[in-house]
Amino acid sequence: MASLARALDSDLAYKFRRSPVAMVAAFIVAVLIGGAVFAPFITTQNPFDPAQLNLMNGFTEPLTPNQFTGESFILGTDDQGRDVYATILYGMRISLFVGFSAVIFAMVLGVTLGLVSGYVGGRTDTVIMRIADIQLTFPAILVALLIFGIAKGITPPDRRDEVAIWVLILAIGLSEWVQFARVVRGATLVEKGKEYVQAARLIGRSSVAIMVRHILPNTLGPVLVIATISLALAIIAEATLSFLGVGAPPTQPSLGTLIRIGQEFLFSGEWWILFFPAIALLALALSVNLLGDWLRDALNPKLR
Amino acid sequence: MSDVLVEVKNLTRVFDVSVPWLNRVLERQERQFLRAVDDVSFQIRRGETFALVGESGSGKSTIAKMIVGLLPASGGEIVFDGERLDTSSSAAMTRLRSRFQMIFQSPFASLNPRWRVRDIIAEPMHAFATVDGRRATERRVDELLELVGLGAADAAKFPHEFSGGQRQRIAIARALSSNPEFIVCDEPTSALDVSVQAQILNLMRDLQDELGLTYLFISHDLSVVRHMANRIGVLYLGALVETAEGKALFDAPRHPYTRMLLEAVPDLEMSGKTHSHVKGEIPNPISPPPGCTFHPRCPYRFERCPNEVPKPVPTDTGEAKCFAVEEGRI
Amino acid sequence: MTDDSLLSVRDLVVQFPTRHGVLTALDGISFDIMRGEVLGVVGESGAGKSMTGSAIIGLIEPPGRIAGGEIWLGDRRIDNLSMEAMRDIRGKRIAMVFQDPLTSLNPLFTIADQLVETIQTHLRVSAREARERAIGLLDDVGIPAAARRIDDYPHQFSGGMRQRVVIALALAGEPELVIADEPTTALDVSVQAQIIDVLKRLCAERGTSVMLITHDMGVIAETADRVAVLYAGRLAEIGPVRDVIKHALHPYTHGLMGSIPTLAQEEDRLIQIPGAMPRLTDIPPGCPFNPRCPRVFDRCHVERPDPMPHGTRRVACWLYDEPQGEAAP
Repeated sequence: MASLARALDSDLAYKFRRSPVAMVAAFIVAVLIGGAVFAPFITTQNPFDPAQLNLMNGFTEPLTPNQFTGESFILGTDDQGRDVYATILYGMRISLFVGFSAVIFAMVLGVTLGLVSGYVGGRTDTVIMRIADIQLTFPAILVALLIFGIAKGITPPDRRDEVAIWVLILAIGLSEWVQFARVVRGATLVEKGKEYVQAARLIGRSSVAIMVRHILPNTLGPVLVIATISLALAIIAEATLSFLGVGAPPTQPSLGTLIRIGQEFLFSGEWWILFFPAIALLALALSVNLLGDWLRDALNPKLR
Repeated sequence: MSDVLVEVKNLTRVFDVSVPWLNRVLERQERQFLRAVDDVSFQIRRGETFALVGESGSGKSTIAKMIVGLLPASGGEIVFDGERLDTSSSAAMTRLRSRFQMIFQSPFASLNPRWRVRDIIAEPMHAFATVDGRRATERRVDELLELVGLGAADAAKFPHEFSGGQRQRIAIARALSSNPEFIVCDEPTSALDVSVQAQILNLMRDLQDELGLTYLFISHDLSVVRHMANRIGVLYLGALVETAEGKALFDAPRHPYTRMLLEAVPDLEMSGKTHSHVKGEIPNPISPPPGCTFHPRCPYRFERCPNEVPKPVPTDTGEAKCFAVEEGRI
Repeated sequence: MTDDSLLSVRDLVVQFPTRHGVLTALDGISFDIMRGEVLGVVGESGAGKSMTGSAIIGLIEPPGRIAGGEIWLGDRRIDNLSMEAMRDIRGKRIAMVFQDPLTSLNPLFTIADQLVETIQTHLRVSAREARERAIGLLDDVGIPAAARRIDDYPHQFSGGMRQRVVIALALAGEPELVIADEPTTALDVSVQAQIIDVLKRLCAERGTSVMLITHDMGVIAETADRVAVLYAGRLAEIGPVRDVIKHALHPYTHGLMGSIPTLAQEEDRLIQIPGAMPRLTDIPPGCPFNPRCPRVFDRCHVERPDPMPHGTRRVACWLYDEPQGEAAP
């Protein structure tokens, strides 16, 4: 309780209450995440369980009763008769799962390499940072595609759909660790020179203990910012890969897969199959990004 | 048990300050070295306060770091209670580490902002396993907090909840928590206001009397050094130019640099003294003047000074590195 | 106010609105600086000494603002001037010297460029004449081979030499008042002594008034004619420097003087003032010094003392309130 009270009284909470943009963005993110998490309870069907679908419901327009079954869907249905509202929520589950997992993977990898690079220095630092530099010269999506291609080559065809999600996480995670590594390395270089680190070295604390217990907690502010912005990027990257057909399989469609499926119907008049998933993706990515931007400004002592 | 606790013999530290290899090749530059500490020797007796005083670039902080093993020496040796300090041998270092501690200059950077005061003070106890069990550790932390003039209730707070002086008290409590015999104090009050400085200096003297501590006190402030030290070493450009008993150094300084420093101290007595002999600035330590490094600023210089490097000559209570003193000119 | 007064600060109040309410950083500060006088302003960090300087030159960082009082330069009121009018006064009538010389010097221009520009902004002289004057100034502040070094960039000078250049730059516009904020704090003691000498000598020669802001009583003792002691945003004591240093009236000044170790001192222990200066968020009612004061009595807890005349000085302490009849120490 005491820590909750302190958190609510903190400068960050105060700034949050003073920023309408951050509050709206946080609200939208909360609604979308809530919707994705509780999807089975707030939709009438699981769109990926063929037993629950009725092909007769295919291509129902939003808010218009279907001409055969008389059923009405708030956002319409696709060619298989899936409720678009349900596909969005279920699709967002995949998108968010991949996004969060990829960011956590990138964070663990990047923070570890950044800490080691900054604290150990010398040749280790040079090697890690050169790898990071080289990777930065390629667009992230290209790196992800490359990893995806390699993974596809080494997994047996019958298991591809199964591992597709994990490959996606690996590919996006590996394409985003550099940001974390750079920021943490910079912060580590600053903290390393401070006297509290010298005091710990003086009593013979091991390098690992100093990195993990002393330096790491003091680099977490910027890491949080990068993580939030990376989440938006990861969601977009996942959607891009899925749109290109190399991401989430049609059996587990993410928002990107839904958009790919939807664009096939765009010019035949069934606009809603593309439009609503695209709006959902936009709202999610934009809100997370705005939240990240706000966090960066709020944690920046120079802007206080 | 010998009278000398710490002995520093011919301690030298050279830093490589060369520009990167590629630039050196392209710009045809030589490698450059900075002798931050140059052949410094002194002894610290048990229970005394030995002070090193000097201006920026004098090497005083570098010496402090080498003595506590934070920085390896380029040459010479440090002997702690008869045992040689060897940063390359971890067994020997572990044995010695628990016997010395350090108090740093900045009360803001010396405490980890994410740690509670209790954990900060207890860290050396954990490192050296001096106290068993959580209860005993907390009891010891409370004791230490009271010893430095804070309360047990402060243990649960974070550093940012304290003023600069209180933080320095916490840093002192941390330094004391492993029961050291010897504490290196690197400008412990130079970031504090004068009224707080007085509190910390008084506290440090009280603790010394109570716990029988030996201090190496490093400062640029002659008045503070005068107040704290039994013996004083004056550093100029990495070399020890004079050592003397505290009072003697201030009443009868021998080395011309010591004289100049004393003359430069602002005078609170308003006796109307002048700074007429205070001249020049500290030269670039990468290319120090030849011979006696002080000669370009020295009012007593003569032909030997730019050409020979002075050796220490004994004075009444210590020694001085000066040809003018050696030849009895001053 | 006498005819000789150059700068007059009357009941200056500076406030900062924050989320915890309005903080009063300066509360009712009044003092005068005479023509040709050096006024020292001392205090611990957070006492408001730099804030006083910033208020005078109109450079308080928003959201801080002057919430009350007046500042007069000669017969002109300057606390309510527009940014443009104030810019005109800064440099021309009031110049500044800061702790870090690099903040006052533009690294991309030579010393000559900066000095000549300053001189020509404020005085109607030709470029050649301005350069002559600039070399003369550098010579005055003790830069060897001024004619050659004037074409160097700031980074080519050492710390002490840079501060000399800054002093030259400050004096270039022939100001009436120089506000020097911790001008020697970043310098080594042997260089500090030289810089103080230069500042003191040049201002005396030109009849320039100086407001010398520092935490170092030693510097004040050697340089100032009068000294103002600030505590928690208020004036504790102001008077001739010798009187204040030798026979401090205010218990805070008294404690402050006792807490400074000196070269001549024999005592084993320093006099210490318990506690620390309160943060602006929790200044106690009554006299702000009352929780730390060794001579505190009932009245100090309830009534706030304003500086009242006492001999050559003004002191904000109830011990010296005549009707109460408390004896001075």
